[in-house]
Amino acid sequence: MHDLYREIILDHAQNGRNWGLLEPNNFDHEEHNPLCGDRLRLTLRIDDDGIIQEVGWDGNGCAISQASASMLGERLIGMPLQNALKIDKQEILDEIGIPLTINRVKCALLSLKVLVVGGLGKREWERIEDDED
Amino acid sequence: MITHPTYIYDIAAIREDFPILHQYHHDAVPLIYLDSAASSQKPYQVIEAIQHYYQTYNANVHRGIHKLSEEATQAYEGVRKKVRNFINAGSRREIIFTRGTTEGTNLVAQTWGRNFLKPGDVILSTVMEHHANIVPWQLLSEQIGVKVMYIPILPNGTLDLAAYERILRENPVKLVTVAHVSNVLGTINPVADMAVKAHDAGALILVDAAQSAPHLPLDVQAIDADFLVFSSHKMVGPTGIGVLYGKRDILEKMPPWMGGGDMIATVTLEGSTWNDLPYKFEAGTPSIAEAIGFGAAIDYLSAIGMDKIHAQEQQMTAYLLERLSEVPGVTVFGPEADKKSAVAAFVVEGAHAHDVAQLLDAEGIAVRAGHHCAMPLHTELGVSATSRASFYLYNTYDEVDVLIEALYTVQRTLR
Repeated sequence: MHDLYREIILDHAQNGRNWGLLEPNNFDHEEHNPLCGDRLRLTLRIDDDGIIQEVGWDGNGCAISQASASMLGERLIGMPLQNALKIDKQEILDEIGIPLTINRVKCALLSLKVLVVGGLGKREWERIEDDED
Repeated sequence: MITHPTYIYDIAAIREDFPILHQYHHDAVPLIYLDSAASSQKPYQVIEAIQHYYQTYNANVHRGIHKLSEEATQAYEGVRKKVRNFINAGSRREIIFTRGTTEGTNLVAQTWGRNFLKPGDVILSTVMEHHANIVPWQLLSEQIGVKVMYIPILPNGTLDLAAYERILRENPVKLVTVAHVSNVLGTINPVADMAVKAHDAGALILVDAAQSAPHLPLDVQAIDADFLVFSSHKMVGPTGIGVLYGKRDILEKMPPWMGGGDMIATVTLEGSTWNDLPYKFEAGTPSIAEAIGFGAAIDYLSAIGMDKIHAQEQQMTAYLLERLSEVPGVTVFGPEADKKSAVAAFVVEGAHAHDVAQLLDAEGIAVRAGHHCAMPLHTELGVSATSRASFYLYNTYDEVDVLIEALYTVQRTLR
């Protein structure tokens, strides 16, 4: 089988962890990948100490974008939101664990984009995406 | 014997790169190309980059998952980063690809202008502008009732900066729009100083860099330009591609101009949302091959060094003006050599510019004749047309000498 579709990615893509929107929630943001139409929405329940207690995803897209959301969601539970917003994009790519071309990198990073744009705004995400000062 | 200044770079090697320069004009005389202000010639490196794209990785960008599309996307977006470095923009997202300078100016007029200006607001252009920096504002004036005013010029062909400050003080100027370098007079305008004054008056500044980007180092942050526009084809790149630089905060507030593919985030039958910068302003399949050729052009110029290209042109300008001044009956418009780019618009006493250009062409010399898309300036100068010899990095002092001899021939023929 092609590396791109190694077992762990297919597993996360087909059986997405923490799928289904949380209601009520205190974080709710949706982003699109205009290149291919992928859509991801993230809801979180964050406690008074700023710790992410529950994660709920919704959306549709390619195996890479959906698997990346599932994997990121698992990491987020129990993490302070402030730390989650500082997750390095390279960590996401490393977790996917396969070389990605530039159009696919956008798929892999859509989940982090939802989190960062929702938490810090679009400009901050563009700074991270571009590796610009 | 006339002594030539020393070349700052290896002129013979540069000329070798441009295949068109080695042909014979009318199958008889060597081509002397003195019309680079209209469009420059292209080196092998640019021609081959375009051919390489079409032969080995031709595909649409931003869409495909397949390898060719990835390669094309990588190359296309790589050029955006090259442009960013070339003009020292703060971000690649401030680089919008257009068809050229004209499209960039029209985009600003129709999005920023149409949405943020109101009747009575003033757009301040100058008398020395190319039509591409006058007509878009006149169209906007007809559409929304803004007023277009013009900074006058002094007899030496420079802008009347005292009048500029007066107009800023006395009128609700919202945008100053000015050529960095005049395509007729060659005047290098003090755009950084003008930007300070525009900003103090609460106006933005658009710099038309069509004639400066090819010839001198550009730094949009040092100029503090709000918008800056230029074209690839005047700087050894292909036609059909150019750049609109805009400050990010301003571009983000501007609505899109053209709608279509690549510029959207989502589309439903009820409405759409817009893609992020810079794609919001790049509807439709872009000029991919042209962008890749443009990237090769930037690499070519950068390898020589824009500072060296500028320094060589300053020497060329001084030599050209000195030689032209020897010819009786020839009048050159514009300021002295140190305030001017390597372009000479001139009239020959008793001869129409078209006749001059036709006779020069017979000698192998390509110059432009007419009003050079600057009719208001020619009216101001009191002439209907001029002949224009414009120089670039591949031109030689010998070519100036041939031009001078040919002007004597023109005078003898028309006498």
